[in-house]
Amino acid sequence: MTAFSALIRRDIRIALRVGGGALIGVLFFLSVVVLMPFAVGPDLKLLVRLGPAILWLGALLASLLTLDRLFTADHEDGSLDLIVMSRTSLELACAAKALAHWIAAGLPLIVATPVLGLLLNLDTLATAAVALTLLAGTPALTFTGMIGAALAVTLHRGGLLLAVLVLPLSIPVLIFGVAASEAAVTGPQTFGAPFLILCALSLVSFVIGPFAAAASLRQGLD
Amino acid sequence: MSIARWASPDYQDVMSLIDLANPTKFLALTARVLPWLAGVTAILLAIGLYQSATAPDDYQQGATVKIMFIHVPNAWLSMFVWGVMSLASLGTLVWRHPLADVAAKAAAPIGAAFTFLALVTGSLWGRPMWGTYWEWDARLTSVLILFLMYLGLMALWRAVEDPSRAARAAAVLTLVGAINIPIIKFSVDWWNTLHQPASVIRIGGSSLDSAFLVPLLVMAIAFTLLFITLHLAAMRNEILRRRVRSLQMMQAQARAA
Repeated sequence: MTAFSALIRRDIRIALRVGGGALIGVLFFLSVVVLMPFAVGPDLKLLVRLGPAILWLGALLASLLTLDRLFTADHEDGSLDLIVMSRTSLELACAAKALAHWIAAGLPLIVATPVLGLLLNLDTLATAAVALTLLAGTPALTFTGMIGAALAVTLHRGGLLLAVLVLPLSIPVLIFGVAASEAAVTGPQTFGAPFLILCALSLVSFVIGPFAAAASLRQGLD
Repeated sequence: MSIARWASPDYQDVMSLIDLANPTKFLALTARVLPWLAGVTAILLAIGLYQSATAPDDYQQGATVKIMFIHVPNAWLSMFVWGVMSLASLGTLVWRHPLADVAAKAAAPIGAAFTFLALVTGSLWGRPMWGTYWEWDARLTSVLILFLMYLGLMALWRAVEDPSRAARAAAVLTLVGAINIPIIKFSVDWWNTLHQPASVIRIGGSSLDSAFLVPLLVMAIAFTLLFITLHLAAMRNEILRRRVRSLQMMQAQARAA
């Protein structure tokens, strides 16, 4: 367990110290949300209606694009090989890396959500709902995206291939995230059911993600 | 290691336990089986197509009901092929067997083709029935996502030079997909009922008349056999392609030495 927490601390420290590691995701999130009104027009009513969807899409893309670096940096400087060879099980190490990545890159997105909600004219309730669903849903994005990141690093290919592989897998999270946050604002549906399914998706990805990522690292790095 | 494995005929002594798992014996067996399989497939397809063509028109849908005889087998195979690939991926990851790699690789484009045909025939049916080529209906959408996943898998196969490395990466992705496809299907169903409740007319699915059921079953069996035939042929091609590749590499090595 000490190796687990040490790995988390190390990854967070790197993400915060190396310039643009964590906050570049927030900047990207901001840019996507700012772009949206230019695409759909400055109609505030429409933006309120689309708000949760825009925020979710922005957060999805931001957390996906930062995933590219999850294993690559470690692979380049050789520490990934040390992690693979260490006595800590690789699944646990993968979970630690994903958790650290979520704390460093995912949490800032959620913190930024209220400000961005203001830009989209969302009221307090809607903003809180989006932030809450992001809190429950982004771990699933990170943990499923980690599978793609592990595949990409073993294949020495990144970028678009990773996005193409991971985006279909993130559809359920997007559906339930937006459904829950819209239900809190307008919908006839209750907030509870989609929100609980969103939590379930995150829990399932906690299980599948580390194992699949560890399997592909182990198979690919020989 | 993998070069010698594919090129040398001695390889068959190493794994005499499971005869079929040996690429050389696999080639010999499939060479004998394939003509028969292709013949049976052709006969069944002919019978099925004839029955479909002579099947009576539906009282509501008219002649468009005949699209179903092509559409349903394709849709069934689009999921069946992913199942075959998942089994092959288990073979790749657990036993590291090269023939499993070949099976998984050969199945992907065929599965993508069946999925594509299911989408095309579905939208051709949708035009007269629903008045639009594309409807964001739950089933259509999840088949479309399945198609995207097939394409992603094929992109992964093509992205890597070394076939056994590509096989292991693709195997992980195939198994992750096998777990995720039901989740995606469920969530798309949810999404659809949320956004557009009951806009799609469903045909009285449960009780198909035997005039439709018999041709449909014949076509389903014929298409499954067609997949098996194509898959075996594609596996043969892939094995031969890899042998050519390893022979070329050996030649290049010999020339360099």
